[in-house]
Amino acid sequence: MGDAVIEAAALTKTFTRAGGVLRRRARTAVTAVDAVSFTVRRGEFVGYLGPNGAGKSTTIKMLTGILAASSGSLTVCGLDPSRRRTALARRIGVVFGQRTTLWWDLPLRDSLTLVRRLYRVEAAAHRTRLAELTALLELEPFLATPVRQLSLGQRMRGDLAAALLHDPELLVLDEPTIGLDVVSKATVREFLARINAERGTTILLTTHDLGDIERLCRRVMIIDHGRLAYDGGLGELRRTVGADRVLVVELDRPAPPIALDGIEAERADGPRQWLRLPPAANAAAVIAALAARYDVRDIALRETGIEDVLASLYRGDRAYGRPAPGGQRSSAE
Amino acid sequence: MADPAGAARMYALLAWTWIRAAAQYPVSLAMLTAGTAVVTGLDVAAIALMFTRAPRIAGFDVAEALFLYGTATLSFGIADLVLGSTERLGEHVRRGTLDAMLVRPVSPLIQVATEEYSPRRVGKLVPAVTVLALALPRLDTTWTPGRVAMVPAMVAAGAFIFGGLWVLAGAVQFVLLESRGATKALTYGGGFLTQYPMSMFARDLVRGVTFVVPLAFVNWQPALYVLDRPDPLGLPGAARFASPAVAALVCAVAAVAWRAGLRHYRSTGS
Repeated sequence: MGDAVIEAAALTKTFTRAGGVLRRRARTAVTAVDAVSFTVRRGEFVGYLGPNGAGKSTTIKMLTGILAASSGSLTVCGLDPSRRRTALARRIGVVFGQRTTLWWDLPLRDSLTLVRRLYRVEAAAHRTRLAELTALLELEPFLATPVRQLSLGQRMRGDLAAALLHDPELLVLDEPTIGLDVVSKATVREFLARINAERGTTILLTTHDLGDIERLCRRVMIIDHGRLAYDGGLGELRRTVGADRVLVVELDRPAPPIALDGIEAERADGPRQWLRLPPAANAAAVIAALAARYDVRDIALRETGIEDVLASLYRGDRAYGRPAPGGQRSSAE
Repeated sequence: MADPAGAARMYALLAWTWIRAAAQYPVSLAMLTAGTAVVTGLDVAAIALMFTRAPRIAGFDVAEALFLYGTATLSFGIADLVLGSTERLGEHVRRGTLDAMLVRPVSPLIQVATEEYSPRRVGKLVPAVTVLALALPRLDTTWTPGRVAMVPAMVAAGAFIFGGLWVLAGAVQFVLLESRGATKALTYGGGFLTQYPMSMFARDLVRGVTFVVPLAFVNWQPALYVLDRPDPLGLPGAARFASPAVAALVCAVAAVAWRAGLRHYRSTGS
């Protein structure tokens, strides 16, 4: 299939940190991204996750041509990002959640007009597109407001509009929902889902907000210590890594820890006990057995959230479900 | 830049955008403009005062010294007008705002140079033009067509030399983030140095600004031709016409340095 938007093979970035001008010899090499390989196809919506310092931003910077890779190969929209940065810039949209690309003192409308000129978008195409984005992102009420007076949520919507005015094939978002309130987050997520579904815009998103992932991403890539630790479906990740479910059992009175067909309570607090179910266990059968043998007042079945899955992945206290190509994880960490 | 016309259009567009952005704060703009006007006026007054007190400086009479001052300040002012903000590159690197510039389809040099562009920068040209307008008719020289043509040519070449130095100063900051102070010595220091007859400085300094940082070609060497004077360093007469070539060389070095700096940034991400 020739529809790969991003193709990375053994992509590596090593930073050499000098020990200061006077200590030239004290250089240390840090591998921020270590032989990462993946392909993103047209129309995909990929979540790129990892703890702070794992190499997410470095990867994003290589994809957008801000940084040149140390080794490996990388093609984005058919171009080598570091050699064809300007050409690539016309075909991708980039949003940094932490800083705006808009002009602080200009009304949003003027910023968007300037973006049109920078990207050399036809005036007619621009009008249509702006009208569309204005409706989708509900920009109308603050189009005339200087960017500095916008709320964070409004500003992010403005930034999204600016990144999409030239109808890019690929949208790269670096923590787009950081700091947003619940309503703004919902607007941004709904918008992203729509442009992905309706326009077929390929989207790569980094985030620490797991709501973004659960709501938007069918595919998840996890980077840890510079290596691709997981690349696959979100459901599969949950099944393979976070399959454990926990039964919270509330008994009539405090009792010794429950032991039931090999399942033991891992924690007890007064009348309340926590039982971790093995992946193969039939929850209904366990609950029936519990109800038969104990005086149970209440039972709750808690699914492991994506948050717990990632937390355990980041801590490295569990094996990954499926090692990604080139992303073999060392257990020594 | 493959497309100079396109680059100039982008420059104008971004500069205009910043001017409009500055107009969002009219009081601040008015006060800054007034401030520039006062400083500029004091500048002109200081020169006038200096020349009434010291009618001859290092063998140059008032009109000649004013001519040197005017051409240098004009060249410097033009370069500062166009590229002065590039000295703030280190700040953009540190704050990470350079990244946002790199994802736009416009050269980061243009984006940095137009940053916070203000019409006030034009104000810096006022004393230069005033001084030059006073000095030119008073010059005691034979105005051959060559000498007449040399005046705009030397101002243009000087502007390119200073412009190249600005870009060079910016490029250095890709590597040495805190070097803004040091690079100021090169740009503003150079601007100051060329305002006076070189013959009033120590010979070694003059050699340095001739052969190392070629500031002597901003106005000193061509002025020797316009004023029909011998070179205190005894350089061949051809040196007086070398300014455009020197300007081209400085700009070429600056372009290479800028690219190398950008490459360094993109390989270190500092």
